[in-house]
Amino acid sequence: MTRVGIAAYGITPFSTDDNKIETELFKSVKNLFEKNPQINRDVIDTVLVSTNNNSKYLGPILAEMADIQPKTAHSIESLCNSGTNSIVSAYSYIASGLAEMVLVSGAERYDSPGQILEWDNSRGEFKHPIFWASIFSKSYKREFSISEEQLALVSVKNHRHAKENPNAISKKTYTIEDVINSKKLTEDLRLLDCSRPCTGSASILLASEKITKEFSEKPVWISGIGQKTTSAGFTKNISFNSMESSKIAGQTALNMANCGIDQIDVAEIHDAFSVCEPMALEALGFSKPGEGMKTIEELENTNEFKINPRGGLIGSGHPLGATGIAQTIEITQQLQSDANKRQVDNAKRGLVHNMSAAATSSTVLVLER
Amino acid sequence: MSFESELKNGNFCIPECIECKEIVWPPTDFCSKCFGKISLKRGDFEGKILEFSKKEDEFFCVVEFYEKIRIMAKMLQTPKIGDSVKISKCGISDGSYFFEVS
Repeated sequence: MTRVGIAAYGITPFSTDDNKIETELFKSVKNLFEKNPQINRDVIDTVLVSTNNNSKYLGPILAEMADIQPKTAHSIESLCNSGTNSIVSAYSYIASGLAEMVLVSGAERYDSPGQILEWDNSRGEFKHPIFWASIFSKSYKREFSISEEQLALVSVKNHRHAKENPNAISKKTYTIEDVINSKKLTEDLRLLDCSRPCTGSASILLASEKITKEFSEKPVWISGIGQKTTSAGFTKNISFNSMESSKIAGQTALNMANCGIDQIDVAEIHDAFSVCEPMALEALGFSKPGEGMKTIEELENTNEFKINPRGGLIGSGHPLGATGIAQTIEITQQLQSDANKRQVDNAKRGLVHNMSAAATSSTVLVLER
Repeated sequence: MSFESELKNGNFCIPECIECKEIVWPPTDFCSKCFGKISLKRGDFEGKILEFSKKEDEFFCVVEFYEKIRIMAKMLQTPKIGDSVKISKCGISDGSYFFEVS
């Protein structure tokens, strides 16, 4: 089985622009090929589009817009982890020998229909994500005696990181008081605890080992993949203060990469809401149960960018179908030492954690240089 | 008679498989374990509050029935974890289920 590498990427600033999905998709693809004129588009034999948008036939549309005639072109949707699911599909196409080079492009509009899972009637009238996030926050705070001031640190840290990310939607930094005093959405959630749905696009080009080495001077390899879906409905979560699917996906990815969590130098974590970051750190093994905030406090005190260097979803914005791809691009930049002021020293191995619908489904990738 | 037609009339029923007696949640036409047909149990079911939060003046809770069915429901009184509650109001509005417990 061939190794699968990242040959190139393209990304443009996240915004609240009222662009057509096709226009948005094309932006990051254009960015990718303009930055990498050495890439021969004739070699691309698969085009995958990651989005929750309702427009049809986006794979072939994007292929036509970018003057690519692939063997295979189609869309992939899995709510918020559509992006990494698309990367896993691309990996599978290449590893199986069905494709040599796959363009994975994710895009979303600020008004994405993927924000609400209409099917999940067990949530009653409380279908908006702020309600499951409030239940997670309440349960996590109670179980581990965590205050809302402590949780607010996630937002403070990630907005600070986002300030160094030219593609992030947020350009401001906030204090703990700012977060606590921001609009009260529920008893357990403030506006600044939430990631912001936005318009955005990110594209990545995966290829076989031979082609990756041909087109990239600093290849990054996907060495571990883990996925787990425990349910579709929020209320089926066995616990509201831990993430079972993330735990299983993380272990699977680390096993495949043959490494331990202590060998991960930098990670992108799916902080859809503040509470998700400590819960994910615990699920992945970065922290013991209940000690995720302790890890975050230590990182903040030492000004380390190890967790969510691009600002996470809270600081960068959350264009659903593009998020997992943007996270993977950040880790690629880190491993290539191209992350500028966000750079984690000597990062050799990184992890991407991307999840959907209240952690009912998770995807974890391990990347190495 | 389907779960939804009963819910529309304000009746919360428990879907159970005729063949293997498994409670099936969320409600579907066939059992998710053995694919047997579903019957609806009527009753004044008692649930337990697992977790809750509050938006403005209304509480919203996760309530569990028979250690199998979990729903999110509105509650006007202050909830307590582990408290027993019953469904006082339910139905379908704009395509979405709604539940209230007391």
